[in-house]
Amino acid sequence: MKAKVKLERKDRLIKLSLLVVAFSAISVLAIITIFIFEQGTPIMFKYGLKSFLFGQDWYPSEKSFGLLPMIVGSLLVTFGALILGVPLGLGSAIFLTEFSHRRLARVLKPFIELLAGIPSVVYGFMGLMFLVPFIRERFGGPGLSVLAASIILGIMILPTVISISIDSIRAVPDSYREGSIALGATRWQTVRMVVLPAARSGIIAGIILGMGRAIGETMAVIMVAGNAADIPGSILAPVRTLTSNIALEMAYASGEHRQALFATGVILFVIIMILNTVANVTSARQRKR
Amino acid sequence: MKSFNDNNRAGGVIKNSSRFRFVAPFIFGLLTLLSLTFFSFISCRPGRSGHSLVIAGSTSVQPFADKWAEVFMEKRPGMIVDVQGGGSSAGIQAVRTGAAHIGMSSRELKEDEKDLYEIEVARDGLAIIVHPSNPVNSLTIEQVKSIFVGEITTWETFTGQKKAITVVVREEGSGTRGAFQELVMGKSRITKKAIVQDSNGTVREIVSRDPNSIGFISLGLVNETVKPLALNGVLPTEEAILKKEYRLVRPFLFLTRGVPTGLAKEFIDFVLSEEIQSLLAKEGLIAVKKVAG
Repeated sequence: MKAKVKLERKDRLIKLSLLVVAFSAISVLAIITIFIFEQGTPIMFKYGLKSFLFGQDWYPSEKSFGLLPMIVGSLLVTFGALILGVPLGLGSAIFLTEFSHRRLARVLKPFIELLAGIPSVVYGFMGLMFLVPFIRERFGGPGLSVLAASIILGIMILPTVISISIDSIRAVPDSYREGSIALGATRWQTVRMVVLPAARSGIIAGIILGMGRAIGETMAVIMVAGNAADIPGSILAPVRTLTSNIALEMAYASGEHRQALFATGVILFVIIMILNTVANVTSARQRKR
Repeated sequence: MKSFNDNNRAGGVIKNSSRFRFVAPFIFGLLTLLSLTFFSFISCRPGRSGHSLVIAGSTSVQPFADKWAEVFMEKRPGMIVDVQGGGSSAGIQAVRTGAAHIGMSSRELKEDEKDLYEIEVARDGLAIIVHPSNPVNSLTIEQVKSIFVGEITTWETFTGQKKAITVVVREEGSGTRGAFQELVMGKSRITKKAIVQDSNGTVREIVSRDPNSIGFISLGLVNETVKPLALNGVLPTEEAILKKEYRLVRPFLFLTRGVPTGLAKEFIDFVLSEEIQSLLAKEGLIAVKKVAG
């Protein structure tokens, strides 16, 4: 009896300490949120939200804080990364789960996961050394471009898209596949019409996570995107994302320039929140079905 | 799917015991408070006493002043030299109000700022650089300006080749960009289409790889991978700068209220000493001792 009480006390103690750990993580999030908004919103109201969201000129030294080129830049580069990364990632996931030999998949998957462990500065450096000169010589322009950033980010989101897609495709019960094949469907028809629809919410979650990684990536993008604060006229033109804007100019920014960089952070925060909410709502709707 | 169930289960356990509902907000508040005190400690600067010297101003001078202060503090233990940034104008303001003992400026003083006592401690040149394969050797300052404004967009007028110019600049707020803006651009804006990099090194790296590019970097950082252009026919050599023939030069000034005394004078004398001045060239700056002599 006594031993049981002692155990229960110990149990409670562990629960409590875990609670402390959990809340300390959340409090960090809260502090960051409060800090960014507290620093960034005053200047947005001072110069007007419209001038921040739709202004096209970023000249902080002249009190011109238009963030539209960076908002467009972030969305363009992220979209480009998805166009390249999703078909590649989903294709690999389908191959590894449905068509390849089990043993081959067991060898390949760790390598794909290894991709996630490469530091982003290495991706950026490789891009600068090989991809940028290649684009400059083959397609023209400075090479530092939307295209270069999209390709690098497309590769960087591969491990996220592939591993989550693999997990969700594997979670589809084999009885679905057997039923489909029994009805006379080919392997590919089974994948297309039975397995993928069943795994859809998981695959969408993987794409959303990949998108989050692409929009938040900074170092690799700064190195290959060229960072011109202008709405790019073509995919060969340089581009600046919201994250690069903050990282590039933080070092020497003071006064209103600094606040404008926090405002950039606020806008990034809101965009990511919107994307996450849309993602959660769509995947929740999928699950209901 | 699986993880969602797990979450619900964990939540259920916590809700079952009502005590935790009281504990949680308390811990949350405590942690927030703790982190806030932690942050405010970080942002606190050491207070000033008789043995400390506050230097503030130009962010271009700051990294050099940091080094000088380090050497100075090693030689005179117990002294504290606190170097802060903020920009030339902020430095001038700081000396005026007494917030700093020495102000740093990387531009000449304006007429209404001449009431301060100024000591030139070094000079910094700005080089306009292109790819070594570029046949252009010299431009006028007006031509450089037109290129960076975005009026001239191809090399055609200079080389006959219809190749688009890649303009490479530093980011807003950097001292090098500030100097270029002031010495070349005047009131005109640098084109939005310019590629932006956040260090002299990366500007040089990009110009050394792109045959159609043009950029500007601190003179001390020019090496064989890029070609510095002559401006109005004058190459940026130390000699041309000393004779004031090369125009893209800015002074690094120390400013005090009245003739410097005490620790401020000691530090300025130290920076002007042979020991520091002979090190300037290594850091890419030009010594003022030779300017005078």
